[in-house]
Amino acid sequence: MTFLLTCKDFLHELSDYLDGTCDPELRSKLEKHINECPNCWVICDTSNKTIQVYRGMDPQPIPQEIHDRLMGAIQKKMAGKCGGSSA
Amino acid sequence: MDAAETSLPMDDVALVERARQGDAASFSELVSRYDRKIYRLARHITNSDEDAEDVLQEAFLKAYEHLDGFQGNAKFYTWLVRIAVNESLMKLRKRKSDRTVSLDEPAENGDEPMVREIAVWDGNPEQQYSSDELRAILDKAIANLKPAFRTVFLLRDVEELSTEETAAALDLSVPAVKSRLLRARLELRERLTRIFKKKGDDVFAYL
Ligand SMILES: [Zn+2]
Repeated sequence: MTFLLTCKDFLHELSDYLDGTCDPELRSKLEKHINECPNCWVICDTSNKTIQVYRGMDPQPIPQEIHDRLMGAIQKKMAGKCGGSSA
Repeated sequence: MDAAETSLPMDDVALVERARQGDAASFSELVSRYDRKIYRLARHITNSDEDAEDVLQEAFLKAYEHLDGFQGNAKFYTWLVRIAVNESLMKLRKRKSDRTVSLDEPAENGDEPMVREIAVWDGNPEQQYSSDELRAILDKAIANLKPAFRTVFLLRDVEELSTEETAAALDLSVPAVKSRLLRARLELRERLTRIFKKKGDDVFAYL
C-alpha cells in the first residue's frame, strides 16, 4: 500500500494492531496514523484499556455449595462408569 | 509406551490419559484446574447463576463421558470450552425461546465498526472503583452484547484463547472471529468510555 491510511482503514486494522499480529509494514503505517490523528489515538488507547481491564479480572472462586454439587455429580458418574453394572 | 513417572506438575495431556484409564483423582485435578473459568464463562454467556451451574455440571460430565473420544492433539481446555459454550447457548435458546440466539447469525447491521465516544479515560478504573463495582460494570457491559459477539470476546479477551483456538471452539472461520472480536471490543470500548471518561471532556479538547 502506498496510499495514506484513512481513519476507517485504521479502525479495520485496530484489533490486529492491538494484538500485534499485523505485518511490520502495515504496523508502521498504523503507528504513523495514530501519531498524526488524535481521534484514532484515543480510540486505540481506550480500546487497549478496555481489553486490559477485562484481562485483569480473575475468575472468582466458585461458591462452595456449587463446587460440592459439581464434585458430587462427577463422583456419581464415575461410580456408574467404573461399576459397570447399571440396574 | 511406558507410563513413566515424572516429578513435574502433570500437564493436561497426562491427566487426561490417566483419567481415561480410570484414575478419578486425575479427572478431579482437571476439574479443579478449570471449574472457575468454565463457571465464569457459562455465567457470562447465559447471564444466569442457575443456568451457569447446570452448564458447569453438564460440561464436566460430558467431558468425562467422552474422554475416549477426545483427540489428544486438541487442548483439553479448548475442548471443554467448546462443550461449555454449546451447553450455554442451548440454555439461552431454551430460556428465551429465542431462535435468533445463534452463533451462525451474528445479526450484523452492516460491517462498519461503530465509534461514537471519543474521549480519554479519567485515570485507571482499577484504582477508581472497588473490584466489586468494577466487576459489576464490566459484567453489565458484556451482558449487553449480542451472544455472537459476546462469546467471541469472552473466549479471546477474557479466557485468552488464541484466534485459532476460538475459531475451533466456536466452529467459526478465523476472519469471522476477527471481525466479531473487533465489533465486540469497539462496543465495549464505547460503553466503558461513557462511564470512565473524564467528565466534561471530549474530542474537541484534542483537536
Ligand atoms: Zn484517524
